[in-house]
Amino acid sequence: MSTTTTEELSATTLLRFATAGSVDDGKSTLVGRLLHDSKSILTDQLEAVERASASRGQEAPDLALLTDGLRAEREQGITIDVAYRYFATPRRRFILADTPGHVQYTRNMVTGASTAELTVILVDARNGVVEQTRRHAAIAALLRVPHVVLAVNKMDLVDYQESVFAAIAEEFTAYALELGVPEITAIPISALAGDNVVDPSANMDWYGGPTFLEHLETVPVTHDLSHCHARLPVQYVIRPQTAEHPDYRGYAGQIAAGSFRVGESVTVLPSGRTSKISGIDLLGEPVDIAWTTQSVTVLLEDDIDISRGDLIVPAKDAPPTTQDIEATVCHVADAPLTVGHRVLLKHGTRTVKAIVKDIPSRLTLDDLSLHPHPGQLVANDIGRVKIRTAEPLPVDSYADSRRTGSFILIDPNDGTTLTAGMVGESFASPEPVKDEADDDGWDF
Amino acid sequence: MTTTVATVEEGTDAPYALSHLDALESEAVHIFREVAGEFERPVILFSGGKDSIVMLHLALKAFAPAAIPFSLLHVDTGHNFPEVLEYRDRTVAKHGLRLHVASVQDYIDRGVLKERPDGTRNPLQTLPLTEKIQSEKFDAVFGGGRRDEEKARAKERVFSLRDEFSQWDPRRQRPELWNLYNGRHAPGEHVRVFPLSNWTELDVWQYIAREGIELPEIYFAHEREVFKRAGMWLTAGEWGGPKDGETVEKRLVRYRTVGDMSCTGAVDSDAVSLEQVITEIAASRLTERGATRADDKMSEAAMEDRKREGYF
Repeated sequence: MSTTTTEELSATTLLRFATAGSVDDGKSTLVGRLLHDSKSILTDQLEAVERASASRGQEAPDLALLTDGLRAEREQGITIDVAYRYFATPRRRFILADTPGHVQYTRNMVTGASTAELTVILVDARNGVVEQTRRHAAIAALLRVPHVVLAVNKMDLVDYQESVFAAIAEEFTAYALELGVPEITAIPISALAGDNVVDPSANMDWYGGPTFLEHLETVPVTHDLSHCHARLPVQYVIRPQTAEHPDYRGYAGQIAAGSFRVGESVTVLPSGRTSKISGIDLLGEPVDIAWTTQSVTVLLEDDIDISRGDLIVPAKDAPPTTQDIEATVCHVADAPLTVGHRVLLKHGTRTVKAIVKDIPSRLTLDDLSLHPHPGQLVANDIGRVKIRTAEPLPVDSYADSRRTGSFILIDPNDGTTLTAGMVGESFASPEPVKDEADDDGWDF
Repeated sequence: MTTTVATVEEGTDAPYALSHLDALESEAVHIFREVAGEFERPVILFSGGKDSIVMLHLALKAFAPAAIPFSLLHVDTGHNFPEVLEYRDRTVAKHGLRLHVASVQDYIDRGVLKERPDGTRNPLQTLPLTEKIQSEKFDAVFGGGRRDEEKARAKERVFSLRDEFSQWDPRRQRPELWNLYNGRHAPGEHVRVFPLSNWTELDVWQYIAREGIELPEIYFAHEREVFKRAGMWLTAGEWGGPKDGETVEKRLVRYRTVGDMSCTGAVDSDAVSLEQVITEIAASRLTERGATRADDKMSEAAMEDRKREGYF
């Protein structure tokens, strides 16, 4: 950071990524190493870590301490939640969702992966692909994270042997591809010694690929929007009603997918009324085109009744509306989700009453086996649910659109977030085990 | 080898990319609009410091050309820099906003709060703030807190639920998935909302420069009478300094953060423009608060404890 000019820093892109791995795999050390070697740790933070390490009788500063937040964690030596870390290089700004990798923290991994463009899965080179690795890969696949990095850590403990790395990379890649993970990059590292994290490793000249940080800096963060369904959930209607703007009616929202142009014919759901875009305000500046994830205000040619919770879509590409949703969910609350449960469902900017009609199956992440009709889902369970909503919703399949294919279930009594849901099929490839429940044709 | 390696994209000026500032701005605007759509009485905590100034700027953009559908709230410790109060009042008048003030001095005068021996008033802000939230029935309170500021904040939510005593319970915070924020709360509870959660200090400064946002003068280098206490340059004043053995000297300084005069330290600097300030920060080897905020140095768990009590 100290050598970058303001000009270089002002025109970078942003990458949101997530880590998954357990304390034993050296995840905290990897994150600490990344922050340390990219010079993102500042003097006073490092001094605090050195003081804390010394007071515990540790000889070298424990980089893992950089990322331990709450007192409960310090006392128990565990990580209990998603923590967000920030660092930058001259090439890119990073937001890291740092999630613990224990079995019971599936919900945290799902939370971290939900906003991530890339997931890092950490394995110990001595142990290779274990049950937990497969679980992490399954979560990345379920959440449709575009890029997955397999970081094979502790290469120093296997004498930096290429054959060890190659075998693990091959096994993992075969497994992840089967789940439909679109892109996998395997990198041999030693977080403790610093090999291939930020600086290339002299111990592994057989490896010709990028270091971990180089890969983070160069992985594409742009998408080809031409194949996306354009979607704008209306958050708020802007009506100044002032002398200067007597008739201004703007529909404000963040474009959830695709792009919109002035002049385009659009349909407003659920009403189904149509109009044309007469203008797009990009935070005070008129533009001809806007795309995901820009926050905009759209103006229409016709004065039609639109309010928060509506969805503006291209007239030629409207999703079907339905009151029956089938989805893969991760239950994130301590109290279980049961058949017959009355909930609120938040999709985009719309919150509606809903009822859990059926829980056809629960998914075991270790071996992807399905358990039919479990009756309920408990915290950290992943399963299939059928939900009936009080009003029709224009949902996409999660495979097509992460933002308009996702929803959360909320407890109407105390407001707790109960469940994270993804509409449609679980995995991108044919499911490894066929669900016995009849398919309602949600696969569009 | 069966691994695929991503092709290196030199220059990420793809047609549909957003710069990191545009992405952060868009996200913050989305947060403001969500709150406007889901809450009855939101309020923005406004101190006249740079983070709250950026928050206000984003809120103005989010609802333009209409007015902001929120009022402002300032917790006045009674030890604020006069330049900052002047900026506050000018800004409120300029945008025709409504300002609520919760006054620490008023609580001390009434005997409800006691002055601390060290003269620091930051910890005294919690009660006036929470009582004002209760009496005005604010249900959403925007704060300028960033997750990069301090370890206890790294796990803070964008929507952070507080009970009727404004207390923060880490175990009651809700997972935040995708960009689906859950603002539901019981009567008497409220939600603290942090639109700048994902910003860093440098992002804030770069955004101020890009948008041409005016700041109080104390953010830029100026001559000031200061004295040294606990390794920081503090401004001499009636709040409690200098004491015996502390000598006042005239130095060229600026402030990196604006809080209470008693615990906000100035740094030696000759940066008189935003460009120079940003260059100085980018080259700095000290985090914003570590260098200049006495209250964050209290103890490793100090911030966590204070958040539980309802601090920002």
